[in-house]
Amino acid sequence: MITITAAGLTIARGGEIVAEPDDFTLSGGDALLVIGPNGAGKSTLLRTLAGLLPLAAGRLTVEGALAPDGEPAATPGEIAHYLGHRNGMKPAVTVADNLLFWQRFLGGGPGGPGGSDVAAALDAVGLGDLGHLPFGYLSAGQQRRAAMARLLVAHRALWILDEPTAALDTASQATFARLLTAHLSAGGLVVAATHQPLGIEGRTLRIERFDPAVAAADDADPAAEGFAGAPRSGRPERDLVRSATAESWW
Amino acid sequence: MVKALFLRDVRLGIAGGGATVAVVFFLAVIATIPFGIGPDLNLLSRIGPAILWNGALLSALLTLDRLFQADRDDGTLDLLILGPTPLPLTVLAKCAAHWVASGLPLVLAAPVLGLFLALSPTAIGAVMATLLVGTPAITLIGAVGAAVAVALPRGGLLVSVLVLPLAIPVLIFGVSATYGAVNEPDPFLPPFLILIALTLFFAVLGPVAAAAALRASGD
Repeated sequence: MITITAAGLTIARGGEIVAEPDDFTLSGGDALLVIGPNGAGKSTLLRTLAGLLPLAAGRLTVEGALAPDGEPAATPGEIAHYLGHRNGMKPAVTVADNLLFWQRFLGGGPGGPGGSDVAAALDAVGLGDLGHLPFGYLSAGQQRRAAMARLLVAHRALWILDEPTAALDTASQATFARLLTAHLSAGGLVVAATHQPLGIEGRTLRIERFDPAVAAADDADPAAEGFAGAPRSGRPERDLVRSATAESWW
Repeated sequence: MVKALFLRDVRLGIAGGGATVAVVFFLAVIATIPFGIGPDLNLLSRIGPAILWNGALLSALLTLDRLFQADRDDGTLDLLILGPTPLPLTVLAKCAAHWVASGLPLVLAAPVLGLFLALSPTAIGAVMATLLVGTPAITLIGAVGAAVAVALPRGGLLVSVLVLPLAIPVLIFGVSATYGAVNEPDPFLPPFLILIALTLFFAVLGPVAAAAALRASGD
């Protein structure tokens, strides 16, 4: 059973803390939906989780997972697929060759644990007949689906998804929800930042924009606030909703 | 895993015209020199090896800024950093592919361009040998500059400015080895071995430094 624990996880971008510390524990089969307004730090949280950004404070640990090299994984990044805003595909190369490269680079493939081959992965996202086209020929939604096929060509326990369904039509969203459900029921984990329902059950983590000015004013003497004359509507709920129970948000 | 990256980068580098750009620039630099200096064959053949080396150095720098930037633009870089291969090894594979796609063509073009400068066969052979072992060092040093400038929209000039001072030793020993092969009293082997040592040294230091710079730039 894979367990990912974040304790006092504080995320920062360019040295500036963007959200307050949060704690969560995810184990196999769990999904965490990160919600919040634009600019609140959802992508920063996901990139920190993937290990692309350093932690400002706190700890992030993994237990019970093996990295692709067979050693026990120490960080979530080692067992993660990261699907960011950019798809990570070369426009001049065909979709199938792009996926084949990622399969080889990530050490996946039918020989590996659970990774399906490229044709099967393309079928799973509904692009079975477009593998021979250069990636750049595809529409935005199709490109997104091709990038999703990358999640299937090599097995990783944790999927870190940054607004995965932004460009997708309704049918493709349903297809993707099925892929996510299959991944979760196989004991995988999903952490997704999203503005739209993903069609899966999961806990939510709300991130509000961290405003140092408001935080400083809150810490100041309440009497001084009246003199400033600015109406303040109390401390905003920028704390994270730490729902330990399986609360279904959507 | 690294082999897949190497093969793909070679294919992309050749298809993307990296070799053509470097070789055409090399040709432009060398072909204009005889017109500027005049038809003094003795002078041309005397300064020829140095000019070939200078041209190769500048041509190699020209294509370096895209080493990581193209991967960053389409999101590939994030996945390479996250990948199962240690990042310095990934960088080394990218450098090797970049050298095959745009450094090796310079080495192969050097004999043809050497004819423009009235070089003797010995001098042409020496220039090719020194370029063969020296240009990888330029790519490896350049990888550090390219990694530092990866987040900048127009990092090309900065890469050249950062890399050029560090590439000067490569130029000095490359040219002096070439002259050692042509002029009798000068030794060939000592500067040639130092050139090889420089390449080996930067093959270790370059990828590690570039990997650190790439990690730091991961916003």
